[in-house]
Amino acid sequence: MIWDWAFAFEIIPVLARAAIVTIEATVLGFAIAASLGLVLAVVRIAVPWTGWTISVLVELVRSTPLLIQIFFIYFVFPKFGVVLDAFTAGVLAIGIHYAAYCSEVYRAGFDNIHRGQWEASIALNLSQWTTFRDIIIPQVIPPIVPALGNYLVALFKETPLLSAIAVLELMQTAKIIGSETFRYTEPITLVGLFFLAMSLVSAALIRSLEGVLNRRTMR
Amino acid sequence: MTEQPMVRFENVSKRYGALTVLDGLNLDVPRGEKVSVIGPSGSGKTTVLRMLMTLETINDGVIWVEGEPLTHMERNGKLVPADLAHIRKIRAKIGMVFQSFNLFPHMTAMQNCIEAPITVLGMKRAEAEERAAELLDMVGLSQKKGHYPSQLSGGQQQRVAIARALAMRPKIMLFDEVTSALDPELVGEVLEVIRKLGREHDLTMLMVTHQMGFAKEFSDRVCFFHAGKICEQGPPSELFGAPKNERTRQFLHAVLEAG
Amino acid sequence: MGIGTLVGMLVAALAVIGVLATQEEYSLFLPGLLQGAVLTIEIAVLGSLLAVVMGVLAALARMYGPAPLRWLATVYVEIFRGTSALVQLFWLFFVLPQFGLSIDAFPVAVLALGLNVGAYGSECVRGAIQAVARGQWEAATALNMSRSQMLRRIILPQAFVAMIPPWGNLFIELLKSTALVSLITLSDLAFKAQQMNQNTFKTIPIFTLVLLMYLAMSLVLTIGMRFLEKRASLGLARGKAA
Repeated sequence: MIWDWAFAFEIIPVLARAAIVTIEATVLGFAIAASLGLVLAVVRIAVPWTGWTISVLVELVRSTPLLIQIFFIYFVFPKFGVVLDAFTAGVLAIGIHYAAYCSEVYRAGFDNIHRGQWEASIALNLSQWTTFRDIIIPQVIPPIVPALGNYLVALFKETPLLSAIAVLELMQTAKIIGSETFRYTEPITLVGLFFLAMSLVSAALIRSLEGVLNRRTMR
Repeated sequence: MTEQPMVRFENVSKRYGALTVLDGLNLDVPRGEKVSVIGPSGSGKTTVLRMLMTLETINDGVIWVEGEPLTHMERNGKLVPADLAHIRKIRAKIGMVFQSFNLFPHMTAMQNCIEAPITVLGMKRAEAEERAAELLDMVGLSQKKGHYPSQLSGGQQQRVAIARALAMRPKIMLFDEVTSALDPELVGEVLEVIRKLGREHDLTMLMVTHQMGFAKEFSDRVCFFHAGKICEQGPPSELFGAPKNERTRQFLHAVLEAG
Repeated sequence: MGIGTLVGMLVAALAVIGVLATQEEYSLFLPGLLQGAVLTIEIAVLGSLLAVVMGVLAALARMYGPAPLRWLATVYVEIFRGTSALVQLFWLFFVLPQFGLSIDAFPVAVLALGLNVGAYGSECVRGAIQAVARGQWEAATALNMSRSQMLRRIILPQAFVAMIPPWGNLFIELLKSTALVSLITLSDLAFKAQQMNQNTFKTIPIFTLVLLMYLAMSLVLTIGMRFLEKRASLGLARGKAA
């Protein structure tokens, strides 16, 4: 039989538990990506001479495969005395990788703020920190939420890479089921369907969010 | 009158949802006539040209070209909406020049003028180039054959666009606000080319324009559009000299005041 | 980032590889890694070709195809964008044989990566076609061109220029994704690195070299696409710069 429903139902609870690990990795990875990305973008503006260095770092991270970066953090860091378990190393690698992409999104957001906003803040004698926190950031974030959302979905879809360092997320669990039962069709197809469903739902969410944001800025 | 009009709008209407842009338009244009269409923005004047060029579909009525239906075709003695093959056959008689030139940016002036003659009419390249060279000469741009649109001024681009349209040997030429996007000092060179066309060719011309002076001097007839209808029409001397309709008077007064 | 900086980074990356290669600790691994890099490049090139073909076909089918073809293309794009490259790779590798379809790992790798990136590519082909000004379609209509003549002669040549930067990014994504094929037994650069690491535990030299090699390949691709972009936009932008 090509597709065994009984087998599929039998493995769904196992895969569901693994899906929680996938979601944890996504949330933690994106938390790192979004905050580190913002820090990079702000440092660039606050400390102008770092601009070139940050550009090169971002380019380095974006030009090399995430899989190799995961291996690098997992295998190389211990040589410097930093021993990380597979989950932490993997989440850290994913977070840093996507921080590079997110920092470019924030940067575009900052570039879109009219010079007049900075000048008005100086005229009101606000400190640089207050200007960032109360004037600039609140204007930067809403328009870039959809772009960040797209990276969240992209990051989510890359979490199966963690299976390469044996994190027990969805893909690894599906592979283990496959190797134990010699039935790969059900576990891998179910994993694919899970990702497909989540991606379609989040794409729809991002689209409606875009609509709301567009209406807000139209005012 | 035995000869069929070159263009006939028969009870043509155009609507966008609830908005009626043209309301039961009837208009005959005999062969060789030069008609100017004027009116406030939103009066439907540009829509008239765009429907004739088949850039817009119509909701009611029939448009005829030389006695043949353009928007429709005959099937068993009845008129049914035309298919693309029929539209392309009739549309071949019409050329159009646009407000924003719409030259193909990836082609030189010469390539712009030979593209359609070669691909659509199946002309030999040498023949098409010879004809295009004549036309570019006619519009005063024989020196700019190898230039790309981005290397030409607005006035030069618009003259290439006129040559490009003429290369398809149309019988009817449509000019849609062809000087509106130009800097004031470049308007003259384009109008001069249109004047020359009027003198030397037996073309039927319809133009939407804001250049009242030019409409007055050049056209045989002026149609004033208001709210989707022809409000008043007649020879330029009458329409500009002694407008009968109150709306026409208001419009002309406002335009002359501004200009 | 300016093309000068990119070239500078490429020269620096190659120089560092050259310097490291003089150390025995590093040079030991270089031949094996280079062997892996050749396979990486083969898969990247073939995958990119397939991606371009699929991207253009899917975009045209979605925009101008008859209904069944349109649905097929939409389903293709949604499935391959909605699941990740690794899931697709594993599905083709592990599940197809259970349907009696045994394909070698190499064609599976090219197929999975090409189909995956082609799905994203179809969106940028579509976007570039839609970005061509409406006046261009209208001018072509006024010249009485047929739909296929408009597309071939007027629209696609202009859309092509707008497609180069996003396709450049997609080719980089594809090049990076080739590392995944190491997980289906192909001995590409990432696989060689893993294998040597397990055999020798010389983690630092191996992964340093591998990162530098991927970096160099990405930079060559980025710089190449920049040049292509410049050349292609020449016809459109000529005179504008002056």
